[in-house]
Amino acid sequence: MPGQTIIQKIFAAHTSADASVAPGSIIWLDLDVRTARDFGGANVVKNYQAHYGDAPVADKNRTFFTFDLVVPPSTIPYANNQQICRTWARQQGVKVYDVDAGIGSHIVIEEGVAYPGSTLVGTDSHLNILGAIGAFGQGMGDQDIAFAFKTGRTWFEVPPTMKVVVKGTYRYPCTARDLTLAIMGRLGSKGALGRAIEFYGPAIDALDLPGRITLASQVTEMGGIVGFIPPSAEILDYVRERVAARDDPLWWPVVEGVYADPDAEYIETVEVDITDLEPLIACPPSPTKVVPVRQVAGRRIDSVFLGSCTNGRFEDMAAVADVVRGKRIAPWVMATVVPATRQVYEQMLRSGVLETLFDAGFIISNPGCGGCASGHLGMTGEGQVNISTSNRNFPGKQGAGDTYLASPLTAAWSALRGEIAVPQGDPSLAS
Amino acid sequence: MKETKIKGRLWVLTDAEGRLYDDIDTDMIFHNRYLHITDVAQMGQYALDNLKGWQDFAKKAQAGDMVMAGRNFGAGSSRQQAVDCFRALGIGAIVAESFGAIYKRNAINSGLPILTLPGLTEHAHLFHNGDELEVDFATGQVVLNGSQVFQGEPFSQVQMDIYQAGDLFAYGKLLGAAV
Repeated sequence: MPGQTIIQKIFAAHTSADASVAPGSIIWLDLDVRTARDFGGANVVKNYQAHYGDAPVADKNRTFFTFDLVVPPSTIPYANNQQICRTWARQQGVKVYDVDAGIGSHIVIEEGVAYPGSTLVGTDSHLNILGAIGAFGQGMGDQDIAFAFKTGRTWFEVPPTMKVVVKGTYRYPCTARDLTLAIMGRLGSKGALGRAIEFYGPAIDALDLPGRITLASQVTEMGGIVGFIPPSAEILDYVRERVAARDDPLWWPVVEGVYADPDAEYIETVEVDITDLEPLIACPPSPTKVVPVRQVAGRRIDSVFLGSCTNGRFEDMAAVADVVRGKRIAPWVMATVVPATRQVYEQMLRSGVLETLFDAGFIISNPGCGGCASGHLGMTGEGQVNISTSNRNFPGKQGAGDTYLASPLTAAWSALRGEIAVPQGDPSLAS
Repeated sequence: MKETKIKGRLWVLTDAEGRLYDDIDTDMIFHNRYLHITDVAQMGQYALDNLKGWQDFAKKAQAGDMVMAGRNFGAGSSRQQAVDCFRALGIGAIVAESFGAIYKRNAINSGLPILTLPGLTEHAHLFHNGDELEVDFATGQVVLNGSQVFQGEPFSQVQMDIYQAGDLFAYGKLLGAAV
């Protein structure tokens, strides 16, 4: 029997002992955690009640709501939907991370709910972000999640795994986002369709947690099921600390990384050489329409957005603060900042990053998905050009305008210039 | 047993240049401005209303019609509404070269027949709006206007089981204690 890939190992530990985890097999997968957010959440409740009445969920300690999309709600229907979730959660004894908390996929990492080797599903298509810590996360529809709430498991077809090997390293002003864009440009929107990915190489090993989150969050846009970054010692330490800090009487996992066998079988190996990496940007209307920033530099912009589950961490905001400190963004630019979580917001507040961004002219919002999903903030109008650190630029996603996707540094330099600009090595030179 | 071979009038989702659309994402199928809607019956009217050239699809489509698209149909978000809007319109089946992974699950779980037809893009010019398309879920065969035959992927066992049961919930109940 050949060795196993990461997803095969995780699945084998979460299904019956006699089940095959060969690619293409359909297994019943045990889910360590089940979540729903405010989009989809009300439908999950509705489906649950229609099919299971008042019956309790499989395990209330492993079931959560994470409100992150329209927070606080901007319309009555969204307010109603959130209240449907809250009321039902109270009846069930299920915890709600409410409208103040931030993006659910980040909350489950910060709160030590997800850990390497764990399985977690929810109604967020970017839940595979958990590949950043070597966990299996998966977005699903509201029927799927209602079923998972009740049974604690779901059927899943074991995907084949492809290996993406990154050659070379990069340095400032290139970032994890530019590395990610390089991989996306190479794989395209269907390059990982229906597959799991494992990422390897010195640049991958060197990524910190925010960088790993950036890369893992874009696997959805490569068509992939999930992309695993083998956890480093630093990641394992972080997760152990987060698990130990849990304030709920949950279950206590042993936190160990799950790694592929040396003789694991891969459907394909793709090499991406980043030796000469330069800042990259994804042009509308596709996250995989990637070109060097210099090719579109000079295009006038109307809007800048910093945030989302892809680049909404404190480190992303601090990198922008280093560029804009003591300067003002172009007067015609609407520049908005949405921290990923309340914890990120607090770090920004107490470190002075928030004040620096405020002084430069940024609008700073409460945490959540606003500005990426058309949630609580920031749409573009027809003819407007937007440069964003979020993950999708599909037509209509952030409004009627054109959206470019780039790193926080490219966004920062562009905000100051009022046009798409290539970031340089010395942040103090930005103007 | 439900019918596993169905026939209907075809809609071929093509762009302004007449090419089969690839990468139709869930915001094009069911835009996020309607996500507060929880009543399936209300969803049909918004199907494809953010896809250029197809904004009036819901008005033109009739129950039993078939839909055809290119690669990676249903990319993007996990929203169930992007499947349910077609169920609300009574669409018979969706045939595409490939589907987004989450979309595929959502369609299977809600009992909406979807069929993968590898190589479809090469033959796209043969299909036109208003053609008659017959799809056999058990064999994967797709028959155009009663004559030309294309070989798609038959339903997987779990897909057929859920389709026959009705949806994931009914399937789960059939499995009972096994789940």
